[in-house]
Amino acid sequence: MSDKALFEYACRLGDDSLILGQRLSEWCGHAPMLEIDLSLANIGLDLIGQATHFLKLAGDVEGKGRDADALAFRRDVLDFRNCLLVEQPNGDFAQTIARQFLFSNWQELLFRDLTRSRNETIAAIAAKAVKEVAYHTRFADEWMVRLGDGTDESRGRIAAGLDWMWRFVDELFEVDAAIAPLIAAGIGADVRALRTEWDARVAKTLADATLELPKPRRATLGGRAGHHSEHLGHLLSEMQFLQRAYPGATW
Amino acid sequence: MYTTELDDNKKKPATVPSAPEDPVRLAAFEARVAADDFIEPKDWMPEAYRKTLIRQISQHAHSEIVGMLPEGNWITRAPSLRRKAVLLAKVQDEGGHGLYLYAAAETLGTSRDEMIEALHSGRAKYSTIFNYPTLTWADIGAIGWLVDGAAIMNQVPLQRTSYGPYARAMVRICKEESFHQRQGYEIMMTLAAGTAEQKRMAQSALDRWWWPSLMMFGPPDDNSPNSAQSMRWRIKRETNDQIRQKFIDVTVPQAEAIDLQVPDPALKWNETRGSYDFGEIDWEEFYAVVRGEGPLAKERMNARVKAWEEGAWVREAAMAHADKRRVRAAAE
Ligand SMILES: [Fe+2]
Ligand SMILES: [Fe+2]
Repeated sequence: MSDKALFEYACRLGDDSLILGQRLSEWCGHAPMLEIDLSLANIGLDLIGQATHFLKLAGDVEGKGRDADALAFRRDVLDFRNCLLVEQPNGDFAQTIARQFLFSNWQELLFRDLTRSRNETIAAIAAKAVKEVAYHTRFADEWMVRLGDGTDESRGRIAAGLDWMWRFVDELFEVDAAIAPLIAAGIGADVRALRTEWDARVAKTLADATLELPKPRRATLGGRAGHHSEHLGHLLSEMQFLQRAYPGATW
Repeated sequence: MYTTELDDNKKKPATVPSAPEDPVRLAAFEARVAADDFIEPKDWMPEAYRKTLIRQISQHAHSEIVGMLPEGNWITRAPSLRRKAVLLAKVQDEGGHGLYLYAAAETLGTSRDEMIEALHSGRAKYSTIFNYPTLTWADIGAIGWLVDGAAIMNQVPLQRTSYGPYARAMVRICKEESFHQRQGYEIMMTLAAGTAEQKRMAQSALDRWWWPSLMMFGPPDDNSPNSAQSMRWRIKRETNDQIRQKFIDVTVPQAEAIDLQVPDPALKWNETRGSYDFGEIDWEEFYAVVRGEGPLAKERMNARVKAWEEGAWVREAAMAHADKRRVRAAAE
């Protein structure tokens, strides 16, 4: 197993959590009600914690002296490895919930698998994180149902939110040459095998929410190779501002 | 924090009970309070006591919520993963404080929606401190150090305030505030020991936040007409000037320890008093900010009103869904 593959994989795991955590933190102080504000902050905190662990692993594996902060704050778009779903803008609360719903259901299955990873660090991070993500999934599922089976307005908004996010689903289940060897070695999870269970979970919640499954569409891919949407650059320019403006300073 | 008397008291008379209270009950109430008994929601209380508490607790709650905005301004730009997590957790704590405090105020017969409406319409006040801008990362340090530090000074005595639910909320809140104060000071310490640019940020933050922090304790005692009544009812336990002095005495050595200059040329240790003498506070600025003329008052209120209005459909959906479930459960 090359360290390069493991570095790549740890970056993907860490960047998914980091970018979604950053997105959720944008809500802080502006959510529709105080209880939601606290929940979104909680989820954001969990994700930033996961990112810190995975990016530390990436830095350690790479062995070039980069720590989690160096990876988070001093890489540019082409080197970010998160899926396109997590970098999508918050939009309204429905769009945020649609994103969380699709992602957390996937991340929970992924981490459940990774608790059995042959890499001890990954297994340990996943073991802690899978409990956190079970809560994220419940939060998102419950809001899907409330918004879908709430008012006409909320139903329209959540349907639009899902419609925005749906093209990024297939990327979650993609396996490419960069990580295939990790799957073979029992270190990475074979996400293709998670699709059936994910589909069933999503279908169940959408049925509870009285929402229709979005129609299939052409997948938008590229995040894992650094080919992102236009949104990520703006997110990074905000997140990385201090580290970029004052290189070498300690904070 | 933020429990100071914020009414523009040049305009308003102190609260007067609408009807004369039963003197026997009143005497019994006063005796209990004087004996440091806690008053609980079901207990009889004078109307003016109830009103003063609602005003004070809801102002406090609003301050926690509006206070999320200046610090929230830097969460997405925090300079490291650890700083980001700590700040997000801190701002989340403040939201939690708002939640406990709204709940404590609700035990006095008001609702969260009513209180929020009063805030958005400008009838209810919040701490003046949150109407100032956070310009650099150092402002996040200064807020934790000074603003949460001032909050602790204000709130520690309130753990023994006479109204039970308020006192208990304060016990929970005070634990978290001391963590907030420490993380803020640690940010300042790091910056003050950092590059010339970082040190400049730190000094500028202290320059800009010092005086507004002193104003957080409210007007001077001789101009705080509701204070005496509140002290007697043990809603307040120390006067504004007493707490302000305590804060200055604790904070000045902390600034010196990290080599930052407190922006007050009149500041001087007074051996006889065992306290610092300090310069004149600009009360005109304080009253202007209380009136809603703070530098960022409009931005803060717009942000709160926008979040509330844009979230209306979410709250409506949640209620509509809960109603549907109730109807379905009843039909089964
Ligand atoms: Fe607080
Ligand atoms: Fe605080």
